[in-house]
Amino acid sequence: MATANATVAMPEDDLKVFVKGTEHFFLHITQLSAEISTPFIKEQSDRVILDFSAVIGISGSQRGCVYYTASREMIVDLLPHFGESDVSDDLLADCVGEIANTISGNAREFLGPNFMISVPVVFCGRPDDVRFPQDAPVFVLPIEWNGHRSSLILCLKKDDDLTPEFNEAVLKEVS
Amino acid sequence: MRLLIVDDSNLIRRSIQREIGMEGHEIRTASDGVEALRVYEEFRPDIVTMDITMPKMDGLTCVDEILSRDENARILIISALADKGTAVEAVRRGAHGFLLKPFTSETLATEITEMFVE
Repeated sequence: MATANATVAMPEDDLKVFVKGTEHFFLHITQLSAEISTPFIKEQSDRVILDFSAVIGISGSQRGCVYYTASREMIVDLLPHFGESDVSDDLLADCVGEIANTISGNAREFLGPNFMISVPVVFCGRPDDVRFPQDAPVFVLPIEWNGHRSSLILCLKKDDDLTPEFNEAVLKEVS
Repeated sequence: MRLLIVDDSNLIRRSIQREIGMEGHEIRTASDGVEALRVYEEFRPDIVTMDITMPKMDGLTCVDEILSRDENARILIISALADKGTAVEAVRRGAHGFLLKPFTSETLATEITEMFVE
């Protein structure tokens, strides 16, 4: 059973914005292409959260959240592309926050200035369950870069679809 | 040259510091707008690099606050916010330049050099 009402589909064009933004980020930073597999709607039983994750709260023209989640091994492999030899947990966590922030912020080129992003909230570890807002679909964009898997997770709803329940769920999620 | 780097990401602060620090400049950092104002008053940098999306005080508000204290401050915005309106608004408020994240060491060096030459 899906975690969200699949009739409220995220526009394909919006998904493409995040696919392109993710590809751009990895190519620009590492000169290595990232492959984005076909996005899918997360089922409640899907465990998609990896070792380091960052969530950006979205408000304005859309409401919801953008997650980026990756394995420790992947971020350890990525940090040297920022010139880093330090692979402390603090910097690994900071790195996923910066990835989520950059991809979300770059999306404003197409989604406009009213696609408003929060500062990233970062967490470590693989919780059994992360609760997403229930009345919008949760799209997972699987990313493969340099032999590592990570994911961008989008739970977004257009302003005209918003309900008080959705807003409340988002606020709980990012607080 | 005295440089103040303002960004809530330690990774980005270190990255900018590494690129610019190699030139032997004096550098301080701040992780939000409130801290940036305090450091600015003490340090009086020649150039400030400023993120926008930060806790406590965002970068555009911090630009206003710095320029209200020092109208000659030279500020380079370094942000992921890619809509044209944000870059235009930053310049309208008095920022001298806008560098979009993700950036390369080459584009960062070019922007900093241009501001220094000015």
